[in-house]
Amino acid sequence: MNLRKTSSRIFLNIIILLFMLIWVLPTLGLLITSFRPEEAVSNSGWWTVLNNPLKFTQFTLENYKQVLGSAGMDTAFRNSFFIAIMGTLLPVMAAAFAAFSLAKIEFKGRGLAYALIVGLLVVPLQLTFIPILKIFNILGIAGTFPGLWLVHTGYGLPFAVFMLHNFFVSLPDDLFEAAYIDGASMWTVFYRLALPLSIPALASLIIFQFLWVWNDLLVALIYLGGNRSVAPLTVRLSSLVGSYGQDWHLLTAAAFVSMIVPLIIFFSLQRYFVRGILAGSVKG
Amino acid sequence: MNMFQNKKKWVALFLGPALLILAFVLIYPSVQTVILSFMDQQSEHFVGIKNYIYAFTNRDMLISFRNNLMWLIFFTAGTVGVGLILAILTDKIKYEKFAKSVIFLPMAISFVGAGVIWKFVYTFRPPGSKQIGLLNQLMITLGLQPEGWLIQGPWMNNLSLIFVGIWIWTGFCMVILSASYKGIPKDMLEAGRVDGANEWQVFRHIIFPTMKPTIAVVATTMVVNVLKIFDVVYVMTNGNYRTEVIANRMYKEMFQYRNFGRASAIAVVLFVFIIPVIIMNIKRMKGEES
Repeated sequence: MNLRKTSSRIFLNIIILLFMLIWVLPTLGLLITSFRPEEAVSNSGWWTVLNNPLKFTQFTLENYKQVLGSAGMDTAFRNSFFIAIMGTLLPVMAAAFAAFSLAKIEFKGRGLAYALIVGLLVVPLQLTFIPILKIFNILGIAGTFPGLWLVHTGYGLPFAVFMLHNFFVSLPDDLFEAAYIDGASMWTVFYRLALPLSIPALASLIIFQFLWVWNDLLVALIYLGGNRSVAPLTVRLSSLVGSYGQDWHLLTAAAFVSMIVPLIIFFSLQRYFVRGILAGSVKG
Repeated sequence: MNMFQNKKKWVALFLGPALLILAFVLIYPSVQTVILSFMDQQSEHFVGIKNYIYAFTNRDMLISFRNNLMWLIFFTAGTVGVGLILAILTDKIKYEKFAKSVIFLPMAISFVGAGVIWKFVYTFRPPGSKQIGLLNQLMITLGLQPEGWLIQGPWMNNLSLIFVGIWIWTGFCMVILSASYKGIPKDMLEAGRVDGANEWQVFRHIIFPTMKPTIAVVATTMVVNVLKIFDVVYVMTNGNYRTEVIANRMYKEMFQYRNFGRASAIAVVLFVFIIPVIIMNIKRMKGEES
């Protein structure tokens, strides 16, 4: 009986370790390859490094120099920041105002307004591309950051309103009424009371939206086109895959550059990250 | 609260901007796309349901439907199945948190990044030359021939792409299912075991029925993901070797062939596929809240 228990314990651990290997090895291979010289990468597998892992002369930063210079990943990195920061702040701000009014002010048609906004969660982004692009072309904001900020705001709003509304509804009404009786204006109640109380919900939402925009390929591809000067990391990386084909020393370095910010967020803010991702699963 | 003065002014100020943006970015374009789907290439003439006939009869479209169906079956089964297995197994080990972090990690990186990671794993060199892709090296170590994983269709290349999707999303399923598994009272499982049930019976008669609503929510979420899958295919094969899916087809009609009528029709088809699944999901979530 005891022997059976021990053997099934070992079996269990082997299975889990096997899964962990499948999940880690591909990423580890990418990371190691990105630090190997071009010749070594095309002549031997990255696992040969493990024969003498402490021989540091076999590693180089050359790939990163090239990728951040001539391959344009440095510009793309800056662009990703510009796009993701405003593409996060704008929808979260607009959603915070909207969700507060929907949750805490009684007015005619508020049920309808809320149903309409949350109902928009079902719209796949594909359904909006062509008409918006046509208008952007007329206005001359296709291929610009403000255009992209605007669409990310619209695409992010339904989910952001849904999440913040759920949170605001859970706050007791008496609290706000008391503040109001003390002479606070609606703005003060929102800014001094509702916002500070909702910091945990806001943090999860901000992280979710930031990573969504940072990792987005399709929306940037549609509205920015092939213009390299405004392309974010995802767009630049996917076009490198087309032009560098088998230059794995460069592709791996470029891929890692695109992953570094999400990885930092993942490791430093894991709790909010997981919460945001789970809540975001309703997003259409 | 019903006591504020100038209520109308505040509502307009707070809610107005969001509604305006939504009208411009989501509502107007969606309606417009439906109209465009009945128009020709340049959106000049009404063509009836011609674009829809194209969407359901063209050979490339049919291939993309078939591929999306393959994604639907294998991706959903894979993510939910492996997620469920890991949710239950990791509950029994000491390094649970660490193991879960490792499996959840791909959720943080972009699908483009994941695509590059796996394109490298699948790299193919002809037999006899040194392999630099992990998978083909493994094949050789096992005494097998290296394969062009992303080239040979329809099964091998599509399944290779689908596996990347599973690699990305399994962590998500695992975390939700794990929370649900931990919600099952431990005495319930113990009672089953004391009554002489083996682990499989405990799973079938206690764990699975209890977790069924959560499994359904996770599965439908995955189905929505699958219908909109784009990035992985775009980066890894760009739809070549007959690996195209619906979303890639729409992108190509829009930018390569500049046929706005057909692209709109495909978008509407995608929408019609997605709608029932999402409504089901939202209804379930509401049911769980109350």
